[in-house]
Amino acid sequence: MSTSTDHGRPDPEATSPAANSDGRPVSDRGDTVCVIGAGASGLTAIKNLREHGFGVDCYERETGVGGAWNWRHDRSPVYASTHLISSKPFTQFPDFPMPDSWPDYPHHGQLLSYFERYADHFDLRSHIWFGTEVIRVEPVDGDRWDVTTRSTGGYGPERTARYAAVVIANGHNWSPKLPRYEGLEEFRGEIMHASSYKDPAQLRGKRVLVVGAGNTGCDIAVEAAQQASRCWHSTRRGYWYAPKYVLGRPADQVNDSLLALRVPLRVRQWLYHWTLRLTVGDLTRFGLPKPDHRVYETHPIANSQLVYYVGHGGIGPVPDVARFHPYAVELADGREIDPEVVVFATGYLPRFEFLDASVFADSAGTGRPTLWLNAFTPGHPTLAVAGLLQPDSGLFTLSHWQTVLFARLLQARRDRPERATAFASRVRERAGERYSGPVKDSSRHWFEVGHADYLRAIQRALVELEGK
Amino acid sequence: MSASSELRIMRGREWSRPVRPARREVLSAVPELEEGRPPLLFVPGFGHGAWAFAEHWLGHVASRGFPAYAVSLRGHGGSEPAPEATLRAYAHDVVQVAASLPRQAVLVGHGAGALVVAHALARYPARGAVLVAPVFGGWGVLGAALRRNPAGTLPAVFGGPLRLNRGQLFSRELPDEEARRYVGRLGRAGRRAQWALLGEPEAEPAVGAPPVLVLGSPDDRVVPASTLTRVARRYGSAPLLFPGMGHDLMLDARWAEPIDAILDWLEKEPVAH
Repeated sequence: MSTSTDHGRPDPEATSPAANSDGRPVSDRGDTVCVIGAGASGLTAIKNLREHGFGVDCYERETGVGGAWNWRHDRSPVYASTHLISSKPFTQFPDFPMPDSWPDYPHHGQLLSYFERYADHFDLRSHIWFGTEVIRVEPVDGDRWDVTTRSTGGYGPERTARYAAVVIANGHNWSPKLPRYEGLEEFRGEIMHASSYKDPAQLRGKRVLVVGAGNTGCDIAVEAAQQASRCWHSTRRGYWYAPKYVLGRPADQVNDSLLALRVPLRVRQWLYHWTLRLTVGDLTRFGLPKPDHRVYETHPIANSQLVYYVGHGGIGPVPDVARFHPYAVELADGREIDPEVVVFATGYLPRFEFLDASVFADSAGTGRPTLWLNAFTPGHPTLAVAGLLQPDSGLFTLSHWQTVLFARLLQARRDRPERATAFASRVRERAGERYSGPVKDSSRHWFEVGHADYLRAIQRALVELEGK
Repeated sequence: MSASSELRIMRGREWSRPVRPARREVLSAVPELEEGRPPLLFVPGFGHGAWAFAEHWLGHVASRGFPAYAVSLRGHGGSEPAPEATLRAYAHDVVQVAASLPRQAVLVGHGAGALVVAHALARYPARGAVLVAPVFGGWGVLGAALRRNPAGTLPAVFGGPLRLNRGQLFSRELPDEEARRYVGRLGRAGRRAQWALLGEPEAEPAVGAPPVLVLGSPDDRVVPASTLTRVARRYGSAPLLFPGMGHDLMLDARWAEPIDAILDWLEKEPVAH
């Protein structure tokens, strides 16, 4: 396994005299691939590209690996108690298992050490430029890319290097999505987005309203139930709160044993409803709204404790927020409550601030590119997005296979160009494809995927790319 | 070797039924001076434990500057008893230990341990692999074993222990006393794993396309020379042969020759990226 370029700081002065459209010097990095971000998806991109014989330069704005899962990073959304919601077999990279000694649902600190060990084991750090942020990514002739970087925080000169391909792995859980409410500016209490919630001490002894029934919202509501003097949990609709264990095993493992048998969705939904009826029971009895959809139609919420604390009176379920008053919050049903702290667990939106909107054909700037397999852009065969997925299971297995597919596509461009061309036309035809059953839509659920549907689609794409 | 049609992404059954963890014995010898060389992980065959490598090879490997580790598969040596162990559980043990090492490892499997390594290679991108006197199963191996040692082999067919004897494992050069001591330490593999050998379980293609070296002895009484050639051909090479040695190359009198050949190969093969 040899690499076409050796490694070294891409240094404009020392290399070829190419220049970009503004006349600034560009260092030509030959066949090297640029990876943006050294979080979970970026790391697996480096590893898989290296494994397929490519040189890699990775730029990471922080000083360590792990991206969102590194709590030291200012863009990290994790809070002290964050645990995985998918069990180990679904969470780990398929070729680097988590230790047997870890629990079914590891803690975020364990996950960070997992990524650090992954980086060391496969010697990835020597390909990462830490403390360097990417400010521009521009397509140039020959499907190549000019990537402009500078030190994080805007210090130092800008440098531009030219790459054969780019993998965008900048994550999608760092740019908070805050809903607009009437009167929010006048509200005198404390308002925070879940991204700035780090520790239950922030809630201790206070009256807390948690908005949002995603996994984060439910976790924070449970912590508020234990720490705050009072907790309300506001949700727009009724949800299915899946326990983390059913029939004595991690719930996702039970679900996948049905998937492995290819049990149809309707039957799985029926079984699921039946199991929930036997274990959790009727949620409306606790004052929770009745789900307006069938299970598997929204992102699954795995939380065994929420219903428990509702049952113990620690959490008061309330409907949607209608408007804010200076000292009160008015709910959709007309009730008024008086929280001191409001936590918006309302999610995040993907952002690609270094990329011109025309690349993703996203002129509205909604951060909602039209992609095939949530990774490939029509018209740009050497660009891939890794990890822009909201799976009903662990993400890292999916980004692993995305980057394997991209590495093999780059190999095909070199060795069997006709296959790469055929792949490019499939990207154009199928861009925008979805990989899940019917899903209740919202501005962030467009990249929601079912892990089995998605992985089967990747498998088919690989076979089409390389099959006889 | 990168036919993606054979590449398996969906593993619903494996995900939904993870292998139950078992306590593992790992013996090691690391060089005094860390030289950044890839670690070697030795995987003993059925009946053997990590001790078989601790006897000579681990120390020798460390003295040549490579970190060396040996694992006892579950139910063997100092690892947790596991009478119902399967081939999949053994491969799981190997991948777990490999992933726990500080750097990408070279997997070295002996006997049926080579088959375990071949299965582990599909789940872990090893830096390289060495198959020493590989037992890949099939009726041929059973036939050979029945001819050489009917009393020790026949019970295994019915789920009993497989008892290998001195003549199968060692050359005449090895002093009797030592040979008897080694044979006395042999344990047994799980019966399901033993039966799996008969089915000649085909391993999935290796991930990460590691270089693979096959070596053995033409005078091995367990693995016929034809098997060595067949296994080596599967990995696109020819076997490296050490005439006059028995099946247990790591314990036999001239144990230093094969391990030196493995380390020479590692030094020459451009495995380091």
